[in-house]
Amino acid sequence: MTKTQQRILMGNEALGRGIVEAGVTMAASYPGTPASEILAAVVTFAKETGADLYAEWSVNEKVAFEVALANSMCGRRSAVSMKQVGLNVASDPFMRAAYLGVKGGLVVIAADDPGPHSSQTEQDSRFFAMFAKVPVLDPSSPREAKDMVAQALELSERYGLPVMVRPTTRVCHARQNVPCGPLLRLNRPARFDKDPRRWCATPVFVLSLHRELNDKIDKIAGAPEFAPQLTAGDGSYPGACVIASGVAFAHTGDWLEELGLLGRVDFFQVTMPYPLNRDFIHQVKIRYQQVLVIEETYPVIELQLADARVQGRTSGLVPREGELTPDVIRPVLESFLKLPARVVPVPAGGGDRPTLCAGCGHRAAFYAIKTAFPGGIFPSDIGCYTLGLNLGAVDTCHCMGAGISQAAGFYRAYAAGGGEFPTIVATIGDSTFFHAGVPALFNAVFHQARFILVILDNATTAMTGHQPTPQAGCTATGEAGHPVFIPDLVRASGAGFIKEADPYDLPAFMDLLRSADAYCRSPAGGVAVVIAKHPCLLDREARQGQPVYSMAVTEACTGCRHCLDDFECPALSLDETDGRVVIDGGRCVGCGVCVHVCPEGAITAAKEGRP
Amino acid sequence: MKQQIIVSGLGGQGALTLTRLLAEAAAAAGLPVITSETHGMAQRGGTVISMIKVGPFRGPLIPAGEADRGLFLHLKNLAVHRFYLREDAAVFINTALSGDYLSVDARSLAAAHGLPPVAANLILLGFAAGKGGLFAGPDLLAEMIAAKTPERFREASLKAFQAGLAAAA
Ligand code: SF4
Ligand code: SF4
Repeated sequence: MTKTQQRILMGNEALGRGIVEAGVTMAASYPGTPASEILAAVVTFAKETGADLYAEWSVNEKVAFEVALANSMCGRRSAVSMKQVGLNVASDPFMRAAYLGVKGGLVVIAADDPGPHSSQTEQDSRFFAMFAKVPVLDPSSPREAKDMVAQALELSERYGLPVMVRPTTRVCHARQNVPCGPLLRLNRPARFDKDPRRWCATPVFVLSLHRELNDKIDKIAGAPEFAPQLTAGDGSYPGACVIASGVAFAHTGDWLEELGLLGRVDFFQVTMPYPLNRDFIHQVKIRYQQVLVIEETYPVIELQLADARVQGRTSGLVPREGELTPDVIRPVLESFLKLPARVVPVPAGGGDRPTLCAGCGHRAAFYAIKTAFPGGIFPSDIGCYTLGLNLGAVDTCHCMGAGISQAAGFYRAYAAGGGEFPTIVATIGDSTFFHAGVPALFNAVFHQARFILVILDNATTAMTGHQPTPQAGCTATGEAGHPVFIPDLVRASGAGFIKEADPYDLPAFMDLLRSADAYCRSPAGGVAVVIAKHPCLLDREARQGQPVYSMAVTEACTGCRHCLDDFECPALSLDETDGRVVIDGGRCVGCGVCVHVCPEGAITAAKEGRP
Repeated sequence: MKQQIIVSGLGGQGALTLTRLLAEAAAAAGLPVITSETHGMAQRGGTVISMIKVGPFRGPLIPAGEADRGLFLHLKNLAVHRFYLREDAAVFINTALSGDYLSVDARSLAAAHGLPPVAANLILLGFAAGKGGLFAGPDLLAEMIAAKTPERFREASLKAFQAGLAAAA
């Protein structure tokens, strides 16, 4: 393709397209909502355009960052993408990369989740960029997101710094017509210039590198090309201006237009929230008496304006937390511009909470865990299986890998009294285990903690859209990798009890859990590891490979609700007319697990061949 | 031309497919479009909503009380997402129950046509298009389905759309 063509792209696809068009030769990522679709788009567009690009799903964000960084150190353009909390994991290499700098452009895409919708915090990565002294661009739409990738890479190369692009959920998951153009083909072979004072800077050199970093940031703050863009007013609101960035700028603009105020009040879009343009800060000080700042999610622009007249997140005119939807922005504008209040219909709330899919192997595993150990403590982790909390089989969910270390900590806390300790069962998914579970397990085994670790191995990263894990042996580009096996890792930890089983066979799985508990409590016991293997049912092949039972509920059903409340398969519901449970044939996958759940034996399964 | 549409359903019911098709139809008709979707945890059977804004909009979200059209894949979502609709909005719902909206029993229709339950989404789309309720006509939407659906689902998808159209007649 040589000329520009309009295509409907999701924000994450636009970012992926931007990466390919800008001549990036390496893209690495770890999946996490709302950033997951970026790398898949990179792979698709690279294939489509014949771009020479290496892409990988790394085991975690820190690894992804370091792999991409090295490509940049060889003078080649690189991209790393992750969700905002992924940047916490990658913060170590990120902070130092600001000091040491880069060669080939390095764009760091950190996708924020104001709200939050799918995250454990609503932290603002722009703040992280400011903390690291790394410039950050803040797109307001998929189209801008794509353009900003190229701008970030140019800026990165000009100043020898990593540059962040920070989209938010509403940009990542928006769809829009986006112009797609030809690729920049840079043809830069890898060339690493040894420079130990820089690439292995010891503390003596760090001070001067810090000075260089400060100089670079000063220069960027003075450069006019990333200064906020003004849609000038006509003097109707003298001395007032509205400053916005990201998708909050888009929603504010839509309101101003609808109110007939676009072009009447001075309205700035901040495309680079850090470092905020120096001249702009000065102009705001001398030209305006009333200043409103609308930004997500923390007051990054506000803090740099450092002016008591500024209204926004810190003054309280804008709510201090939460997403800035049009419905949140509207009353802020009404108050600031002294407009009459609009009467708005109020949300009724409600709605269905998410639940594990019908037939999901995790449900069987969780049911077994909580039934086998009624007084147990169940630390868990991040993935589809966090939904085990609906079943009462997940007591904690903190951050990637934390469940295992928390289990060790819980054990020590209870063991400190010298008395009985409760059975502690940590659950973690296969992808999360690779991400951050491995060091936690090694630590727990070494320190002789006593708990059961259940690794829920469904052969994929299900929650974020089924990215392959290292065990699957298939890379992001669909090529064969050298598989790394979970049982091998567990054996290497030295754990004394390792068993694999399919949780679908509930009675056997519960027996296995009880013997694991006995091991934990035996004199020479320690961490017992159970690998619960059942493939994710959204994998069509896996689903076709398992037997399908034809299910029925007999008259013996007393309507006790045990299977609904404690097992929660979405295919089961209570028929209010006869007070018995019914199975929704459209949702039931015929896994047969609920047979073992009904205390009355009222659920029956007959074997049926696949048609 | 400005039209703001919400598509409300439960994760797994195919709200994203409808969102994508409507966005493609807008682009094919030469109209600017921006949409918003639900991804992540809520996709596991939770309540989800998509928004499609056709016309010169900047942001992807529809404010409360501003949606011109509502496509509901499940009746129980009406109570949850009604507040997005204008008072005079046209509302299309997949349900066997009638009310102050246009209804089509898409699930039974799917079964009657030998289609899987998830085909209800395209039946609902066909129904809404057949009622003349969308910025894009049936022909353009059918063309989009043919062009944007993977080969192995194409025939069933078109069949579902046509069944919805017929139900609107
Ligand atoms: S997507 Fe897979 S792992 Fe997630 S709930 Fe469904 S079956 Fe379970
Ligand atoms: S067999 Fe039982 S547990 Fe399995 S999907 Fe059907 S109703 Fe749910």
